[in-house]
Amino acid sequence: MKQLLIVGGGTAGTMMANKLAPVLDDSEWHITLIDEHETHYYQPGFLFIPWGIYNKNDVIKPKRDFYPSGIDVIISPIEIIEPDENRVKLVDGRVISYDLMIVATGSQINPGETEGMLGDKWHKNIFDFYTIEGTTALRNFIKYWEGGKLVVNVVEMPIKCPVAPLEFAFLADWYFTEQGIRDKVEIEYVTPLPGAFTKPIAAKFLGEFLTKKNIKLTSDFSAGRVDAENNKLYSWDDEAIDYDLLVTIPTNMGAEVIGRSGMGDDLNFIPTDHHTLQSKKWENVFVIGDATDLPSSKAGSVAHFEADVLFENIQRYIDGRPLKAAFDGHANCYIESGFGKGILIDFNYDVEPLPGKFPLPGVGPFSLLQETRMNHWGKMTFRWVYWNLLLKGAELPIEAQMTMAGKKRV
Amino acid sequence: MAEATLAGVTVERDDEGFFKNPDDWKEEMAPELAKEIGIDPLTEAHWKVIRFMREDYKVKGQVPSIRRMKNEGGISTKDLYNLFPKGPAKKAAYIAGLGKPHGCI
Repeated sequence: MKQLLIVGGGTAGTMMANKLAPVLDDSEWHITLIDEHETHYYQPGFLFIPWGIYNKNDVIKPKRDFYPSGIDVIISPIEIIEPDENRVKLVDGRVISYDLMIVATGSQINPGETEGMLGDKWHKNIFDFYTIEGTTALRNFIKYWEGGKLVVNVVEMPIKCPVAPLEFAFLADWYFTEQGIRDKVEIEYVTPLPGAFTKPIAAKFLGEFLTKKNIKLTSDFSAGRVDAENNKLYSWDDEAIDYDLLVTIPTNMGAEVIGRSGMGDDLNFIPTDHHTLQSKKWENVFVIGDATDLPSSKAGSVAHFEADVLFENIQRYIDGRPLKAAFDGHANCYIESGFGKGILIDFNYDVEPLPGKFPLPGVGPFSLLQETRMNHWGKMTFRWVYWNLLLKGAELPIEAQMTMAGKKRV
Repeated sequence: MAEATLAGVTVERDDEGFFKNPDDWKEEMAPELAKEIGIDPLTEAHWKVIRFMREDYKVKGQVPSIRRMKNEGGISTKDLYNLFPKGPAKKAAYIAGLGKPHGCI
């Protein structure tokens, strides 16, 4: 019996287990999945918690509810992955050998990478919203905040869900307006990028939104340290920005076990073929989701499109066929813009976000690079789609590859 | 795309001045490239960064990140910003004749 090992039972790993379990010949292949945690978080929902739109219970479910039957699930931290030996050692000493491995260990925030960030003020007036602890602590702060200066800072790229910090700023503008204290809240968006976003057309479009919402944009700011005592954020060039409330998107890194195992780059992301998703170093190792070093967004939609490609390539690998270089970097992101509206962007490695209609060309119902109420409803409906369809590996009516149909070159 | 003559050699560069082909680069070109972006003169400390970038590029095939220069090259981020103010990865890559570092999204 051959062993297919899936390391990581988050969005990407769960999708792969659900796609592969029904199609692999169970007289030849056995699937084992390893994850250290029992709880699955709907991470896109973390954005809504600080404003009281979602609470903790809206974003958590047991991981086991989403794994297919007929696979082995091991809940344990991993000591080390030894891809040269085709095996994984667990912390309790157990050794799991594999013939084929899918790594889906994701990415996480590392606030400790920035001097002065973790200290007395962490989760007091310096918060992240990328963890359940951070976002719920931030909710408790915001609920009673009477105003001051809010700084939203992206420490460095790449980050998971690169539009989330912008959405956070938009929702802050909306929330404090609703609370009747917008005139007492100053909002500054501080980014290491040259503009609001990386790709030029979307950067201009989203930059105009910041202006319209009276959010100050400070670009080309590489955060080097925090002086938590004096509420100042410093760049590596020693420029200082004052804050009363600092919402940080700390350095994002791949899992520590990837670093320990010598499988990653300097941020513990795994060098991966951009189009086949095969590891660049080990031919029986494939990588999916945030764990890769691909120059695509780190987002659930990307993991979903990758899963379609990887599903085919795993079968091709097993059958001894050439892999398909089919992944194009496709990402699809709803951007919540506040006041019950949203923006949608759809892009890949080569084509930046363009205006148009989605998914049906000319029809929609969603509008690309435009702010509409329908886009907001797309985002809110997505939670149901995520739990009920996406994680279970069901087909969604969106192609893995990006299409130009319905898009307008500008 | 534009051609430019540096240290007597014609090289191809992109719209922003980054080298199309890093193999065209020679050490003699570096002071001129540095001057173009306001760094003059090039000190030994600058050269340590440039040499590390060239070496690492040769091995890895990509422009090293600031974190990699710290971890592998032993160059502190603070020093990098002092040597190449406002965007050290980009500026050092420019002088080292490498392509523009890929910003991720």
